[in-house]
Amino acid sequence: MDVAIIGIGLHPFGRSPELTGQQQGANAVRAALADAGLQWKDMQFAYGGSQDGGNADALVNELGLTGLQFTNIWNGCATGGSSLHAAYTAIKSGEYDMGVVVGFDKHPRGAFNPKPSDWGLDNWYGESGMMLTTQFFAMKTQRYMHDHGITNDALIRVAEKAFYNGSLTSTAWRREALSYEQIANSQMVSDPLRKYMFCSPAEGGAALILCNADIARRYTRKPVLLKAAAVRTRHYGSFEVFSPSQPMQVADAPTVTASKAAFELAGIGPQEVDVLQLQDTDSGTEVIHMAENGFCEHGEQEQLLRDGATRIDGAMPVNTDGGCLANGEPVGASGLRQVHEICVQLRGEGGNRQVPGSPKVGYTHVYGAPGISGVNILTV
Amino acid sequence: MTSQIAIQEGLFSWPSDHPELLGSRCQHCGEASFPSQPDCRCCGQRDTQIVSLGHRGKLWTWTIQSFMPKPPYATDETAESFTPYGVGYVEMPGGVRVEGRIQLNPAAPLTIGMPLDLVVEPLRTDADGNQIMMFSFKPVEE
Ligand SMILES: [Zn+2]
Repeated sequence: MDVAIIGIGLHPFGRSPELTGQQQGANAVRAALADAGLQWKDMQFAYGGSQDGGNADALVNELGLTGLQFTNIWNGCATGGSSLHAAYTAIKSGEYDMGVVVGFDKHPRGAFNPKPSDWGLDNWYGESGMMLTTQFFAMKTQRYMHDHGITNDALIRVAEKAFYNGSLTSTAWRREALSYEQIANSQMVSDPLRKYMFCSPAEGGAALILCNADIARRYTRKPVLLKAAAVRTRHYGSFEVFSPSQPMQVADAPTVTASKAAFELAGIGPQEVDVLQLQDTDSGTEVIHMAENGFCEHGEQEQLLRDGATRIDGAMPVNTDGGCLANGEPVGASGLRQVHEICVQLRGEGGNRQVPGSPKVGYTHVYGAPGISGVNILTV
Repeated sequence: MTSQIAIQEGLFSWPSDHPELLGSRCQHCGEASFPSQPDCRCCGQRDTQIVSLGHRGKLWTWTIQSFMPKPPYATDETAESFTPYGVGYVEMPGGVRVEGRIQLNPAAPLTIGMPLDLVVEPLRTDADGNQIMMFSFKPVEE
C-alpha cells in the first residue's frame, strides 16, 4: 500500500505582522483542504509542530473541535520531516486512512538564540559566544572547501540561483534576483559565508493532506505518492551543530544514512530523481548536501554549479522555489514547504518555474540541530 | 576582594600558571570527550576518568564571528565595543577536537593546520567584581 499526498497548502513565507504563527498554520491547513476538496472534519489525525509559534494542537481552536488525534512534533529544523514521517507510518500501518501534517512558525527578527540547557549543554557554551548555528555551518563549509577543493565561486552560484528562483515564486519572501557581484560583495557574516549566503528566520505555514493511495483518486486527478520517508539522527563522529567537541574519527552525517534508507525504501537511485529540495540553511550546506544525499561525488559540485546543473533547466534542479535562502526559515514549516514545492513540480503546476520535461520523481531533504535529517521521495 | 573564577569548574585546570584543557576518557573504548562527562558518547558505557587534553593543538576548521551574539552571550562588551572573534575546532593531543574562541591576530591569519596555544583570560566581570575566566586559543608565538 502506498501513501498519497492529495492536498497542499502554504501561507506565504516572510512576515505577516497581523497574524500569529498559529493563524498562519491554520491558513495553510485551509489551503490544503481546499486543494483536496475536503473539510477539516474529514481529517482523522494531525501531526504538527512549531518552534516559536506555540502548540500545533491549538489549531483546533481555529479549525474546529472535531476530536481528532492531534500530536505535536518538535524536532528542530527537521520538525516537518518528522511530522510527515509520523503521518506516513500512521497511514502505512493501516490505522488511519486520511490526515494532515502542518508546520508553522513566527520567529523574532535576527539570528536564533537557543538556550544551552534545551540542548543538554551548560551555560558557558552560550555565554562565551559559541552557540550560533551560523558558526557551525560556516565551519563545516570551511573544512569541506579545504578537503574537497570547493571555492567561493560555488557558494556565490548557489545563492544566485536561489534568489533567481525566488523571484519566480509568488509565495517566497525574497523575490528579487541578485547578481553574482551583489552576492560576492555582500557583508561577510561568518567566514566564508556572506550575508546573501545565509537564510534568515521568518514566518509562514505549510500543510499537506495525506491518505491511503487506494482512495486518492476520489479527491484529486494527480495524487503524489510518498514512496519513502526516513528520519535519522547523528552518529558518533559526525560533525554537528552545538558540539563543544568532536571525536577525531569522522562518521557519515545523518543526511547520508537518511538518504540511503529512503532510496532503499523507494527502490530507486539518485540518478532517477528529476527535481530536488536540499536543506540550504546557507550556500555551503547546499553544496555539501548535494554529495551527502548521493547526487554527486564530493568535490564535483564546483563544476556542476558552473555548468548550471542545479538550475530549473539543469540536469538536477535544486530548490526550484528558492529554497530556504529565498523563503526564509520558519523552522516548523520549512520541511513541509520543501514537500509542497516538489508536489507543485510533479503536478506540473510550477508555471514560470516549472521544471521542463514532466518530472516524475522528486526528493526532499531537511537537516537541523542537533544533527537530524529527514528525507522524502515522491513520485507521480 | 576580587578573584578570578573559572566560568565553569572542570573545563580547564584552574588556578594555574600553565592551564590545560580537561576532558574525560572512556575506560572501556578509550575515546575522549570535552567537556568531561560520566558516560561515553561512543560506546554508552559509564566508566570515564578525567584527563588532561593538553594545551597546544592544531586548527581543524574555523570561522569569524563578525556580529555581537544575542544573549545568552555574556561579556562586558557593548554593541559599540564588540570586536569580532574567531571560533574553531582545535585538535588536542588528548585525542579530541575542541571548539573554542580563537584570538585574531592580523599577523597570523587563521589557516587550517596552524598550531594554537590554550590561554585562560577574563571573559567578563561579575556583579561582585570577580573576573570570570574562560579558555580560548591564540596562534603559537615562536
Ligand atoms: Zn566508550
